[in-house]
Amino acid sequence: MKEQAQNKQIGAPMDRVDGRLKVTGGAKYSAEYELPNMAYAVLVGSTITKGRLTGIDTKAAEKAPGVLAVITHFNSPKVPGFDTAGKDPSQPATVGGPLKIFKDDKIRYNDQPIAVVVADSWERARFAARLVKGQYAPEKHKTNLEANASEAFLPTAAKKNPKHPMNDYQRGQVDAYKTGAIKLESEYVIPTEVHHPMELQAITAHWEAPDRLTLYDKTQGTLATRRDFAKEWNLPEENVKVIATFVGGAFGNALHSWPHESAAIIAAKVVNRPVKLMLTREQMFTNVGYRPYTWQKLGMSATADGKITAITHESVGQTSTYEEFTESTLAQTRMMYQSPNVTTRYRLASLDVCSPIWMRGPGEATGAFALESAMDEMAHLLNLDPLEFRLRNYTEQDPEKNKPWSTKFLKECYQLGAERVGWNKRQLKPGSLRDGEWLIGYGMGVGTFGAHRGAATVGAQLRPDGTVLLQCATTDIGPGTGTVMTQIAAETLGLDPKKIRFELGNSSFPKAGTQGGSSTVNSVGPATQEACLALKEKLRTLAGAAFASAKKEDVTLTDGYLALSGSPTTRVAYADLIKQGGDKAVTVEAKPGPEGQKYSMYSFSVHFAEVRVHELTGEVRVSKLVSCADAGTIINEKTAGNQMKGGAVGGIGMALMEAAHIDDRFGRYVTKDFADYHVPVHADSPDVQVAFVNQPDPHVNALGTKGIGEIAIIGVAPAIANAIFNATGKRIRELPITPDKLI
Amino acid sequence: MNQFQYVRPTKPQAAIDAVAKDQNATFIAGGTNLVDLMKRGIATPQKLVDINRLPLTKIEKENNGLRIGALALNSTVADDKQVRQKQPLLALALNAGASAQLRNMATVGGNMLQRTRCSYFYDLAMPCNKREPGTGCGALEGINRMHAIFGFSDKCIAVHPSDMSVALVALDATVLVSGPKGERRIPFADFHRLPGDTPEKDTNLEKGELITAVDIPDGPFTKHVHYQKVRERASYAFALLSVAAALDIENNTIKAARLAMGGVAHKPWRLTAAEQSLVGKPATEESFRQAAAIAMQGAKAFKHNAYKLKLGPNTIVQALKTAASAA
Ligand SMILES: Cc1cc2nc3c(=O)[nH]c(=O)nc-3n(C[C@H](O)[C@H](O)[C@H](O)COP(=O)(O)OP(=O)(O)OC[C@H]3O[C@@H](n4cnc5c(N)ncnc54)[C@H](O)[C@@H]3O)c2cc1C
Ligand code: SF4
Repeated sequence: MKEQAQNKQIGAPMDRVDGRLKVTGGAKYSAEYELPNMAYAVLVGSTITKGRLTGIDTKAAEKAPGVLAVITHFNSPKVPGFDTAGKDPSQPATVGGPLKIFKDDKIRYNDQPIAVVVADSWERARFAARLVKGQYAPEKHKTNLEANASEAFLPTAAKKNPKHPMNDYQRGQVDAYKTGAIKLESEYVIPTEVHHPMELQAITAHWEAPDRLTLYDKTQGTLATRRDFAKEWNLPEENVKVIATFVGGAFGNALHSWPHESAAIIAAKVVNRPVKLMLTREQMFTNVGYRPYTWQKLGMSATADGKITAITHESVGQTSTYEEFTESTLAQTRMMYQSPNVTTRYRLASLDVCSPIWMRGPGEATGAFALESAMDEMAHLLNLDPLEFRLRNYTEQDPEKNKPWSTKFLKECYQLGAERVGWNKRQLKPGSLRDGEWLIGYGMGVGTFGAHRGAATVGAQLRPDGTVLLQCATTDIGPGTGTVMTQIAAETLGLDPKKIRFELGNSSFPKAGTQGGSSTVNSVGPATQEACLALKEKLRTLAGAAFASAKKEDVTLTDGYLALSGSPTTRVAYADLIKQGGDKAVTVEAKPGPEGQKYSMYSFSVHFAEVRVHELTGEVRVSKLVSCADAGTIINEKTAGNQMKGGAVGGIGMALMEAAHIDDRFGRYVTKDFADYHVPVHADSPDVQVAFVNQPDPHVNALGTKGIGEIAIIGVAPAIANAIFNATGKRIRELPITPDKLI
Repeated sequence: MNQFQYVRPTKPQAAIDAVAKDQNATFIAGGTNLVDLMKRGIATPQKLVDINRLPLTKIEKENNGLRIGALALNSTVADDKQVRQKQPLLALALNAGASAQLRNMATVGGNMLQRTRCSYFYDLAMPCNKREPGTGCGALEGINRMHAIFGFSDKCIAVHPSDMSVALVALDATVLVSGPKGERRIPFADFHRLPGDTPEKDTNLEKGELITAVDIPDGPFTKHVHYQKVRERASYAFALLSVAAALDIENNTIKAARLAMGGVAHKPWRLTAAEQSLVGKPATEESFRQAAAIAMQGAKAFKHNAYKLKLGPNTIVQALKTAASAA
């Protein structure tokens, strides 16, 4: 027992394995690779929103010092994959495809790249880029969602496939809320929110041979990126190598291949040198996706004793003209509360904008703003405590799929959070609490996200020095993947974490999916565990007679020896194992089992906010924020806590300040830097309190994990909006809640 | 960025000559505004005259007031003992601006001369009379949440973004200038301009004129002062609107008052009539509300900034209340 306690790695708040590298600058991000003979590229963007390029004056740029090439659709080499019809059926989330850069003269959004300037230094490329002038034949554009909402349509994927989740959903009667006894109908708007991770999007493209391409790229999926660019250039996938050892935050931003990546690859081909391309902060607004502007309407009815009788939730999200981006805005509404009648309708509006992309808590965070605000509105109508109202409509099984939950500890989360925030201080009547000019209020918001798991493969090998090396193509965009995998391996092997090295972010490593949808620990975690078990089994068979009848579970790796737990004298030195020769490596794939058919698998969260609103100036301060999660087993309390805190701060931004505004006359963003696009600073965030239920889910995987990243933000914005209502009596249904809306 | 020459004179006259005689030369102090403008292609000087070696950093007593050198850093001024004792309002306004890092670079002269934060001004692809006279004002019928409610013209509705300047105009400061034609003193209220037909000119400073110092006369405003800045996040954002308030109170009666607003006009907006209305009145919310109503006379809003018509008086009241109760 003692030994086991010592080896308890899962759950320990272990420091990040790469923490030192990150804070000392030793971690290399995609813009930091310096290759011999490197050239630098800068994009030039369109200044109109829709129309045609009639010409481009590149003369001045071409003559500028250090310029190697100016590439436009007039002179770009043909990208073979741009002409291949059809799309990848494994990518059902979008219809259409990424912009095919420099393929034609069509302008589809403002700041769409019309040229890339390549020079011998970044500064020179940037200078010359400003000398390129496009000539345009503009056409009338559309960039305003509400003005074009009448043209909203059912996504094509849903039209083609009646089983597609973006189809209208119905249980019970259609729009039954309209005839309900006590009812409400509210409209909600969330503006475009832009990603802006600390690390800018950057890529270094290197044609190592005419048919061999290496990319140092900011991506959440090394294999997805490899597949996309292998296809673009008609190359066998193994000829393309993608390296993303470190990613400085991504949040969904790097789940898609973007035009600047294609541009760098084209540029590298043209100048026949490795080319580095890094977007500017301004270009991060326009060329790499965002959380789409979304309009929602929510109708709800309930009985006087607080039972929901019907919900109708409709939404129209913005997408581009060349790609249909969809997200699960309405998913939470279908399964969160016990309501006999539920209708959901999801629509898209195509605008002359760059394609959106998933952004942390994709869809659900948007939908939860409407659903959880409406829950608060209904509780107020019923004169009920919003927590009590949620308890009265708690679901003990999934009302959408009619299946049992794999696990659900949301009630426990409610209790933990309510205690910590001091929910008992909340008054039913808005505007009841104050401290001088500051009005005080409390609010809550609930979040959920599917506990997704995919197949993943991990390689493990014992090295001659007694360390274990694990490899997987997964990425680590910041949550601490390498750290928690090291913990899982350490616990499974019984080996000191310092003797384990988990390498990731390289498409040559064993396969894994992209890091997104809170699925990495669920998928790569069990693969790591199984690879370690397989490694022990392999070593056991090599270890001779003493181990012949031992179970692999009892085999442990200690400092210098393979040993048997419970039998301290039975051991074999690694040196002896190594001497024997033979392979000390395994590669193991772990896949989800059939449990997904039997159970509904979700992570859950609840966020409680205490806010202070200045009655004269309308300023809002979030004075307390408590986030509680049922995310299954917590592998690392510290990194998991970081995830929750980061999500909570993102939620403060969403609730109070983030909005990218387009001037529709020009189709151009007027918020294009951090002076205009506000994200929270330290002073905006209280010390976020996090609590986990930490109960394993036995059905998702053997580790019991369910996923954290998304539920960290889903439900935070409505918690704050509801607290503001409780403080002021003002219900703000359009985010962000800036001072002007509260005075 | 464009190529440019760089010189770093040590004598004021040399710096003045360098800029006065070269159409495309400009001073650079902390560079926190100018370098951004250069990177975006909005300012394209061919020669930078770095003034950081000029002996203009002192903060000293001068006649009946304080003289603050044009190159004194925002952070140095905010932390200076004399400033904190004699002109605490200035320290409050400075500390409400930007971030600690920026205040460590930014100078007093540069702060006064920072350009507007109107987003149309910052985007070369948008129309803007201030950046490119004759192209039109993008903000007039565009997204004008941050824009002026006083003193604008149909050529430009931008606001001056400086916090420090709001305090300086309230404190009756004077700008000391040295130029090709010699020295002159410009009352702070006349330093910045209204846009009129020439929004490209932010101030009444002539080409080649160097700000050498700012004089602030001693006054009774050492205790009841407050700088109230309303912004979209707790720190590190430009003001939606701000108010500098200073009161001299004896036996709960206001003997003298100073009031100015930021974020409402092309220049820091002194509210003289409202100040006068306060004199002789008790320091009560009622008096403050009356003054606020006077202050807002003549205000006019555009599509997205109507909230300022309410935020203005509210913030004035809050600033005066806080100033009155400051111990
Ligand atoms: C992210 C960010 C946030 C900010 N937030 C705020 C804020 O909240 N509140 C606020 O008030 N300010 C804010 N600022 C602006 C900041 O205060 C100014 O950039 C700074 O004060 C400028 O001073 P400087 O010395 O760096 O000027 P420079 O950038 O060096 O110069 C600005 C201009 O002044 C001219 N100049 C400088 N000194 C002299 C002189 N002695 N004589 C004649 N001409 C001169 C230069 O030629 C130039 O045209 C912010 C800036 C940034 C970048
Ligand atoms: S308000 Fe002034 S600075 Fe802004 S666009 Fe109009 S002219 Fe330019």
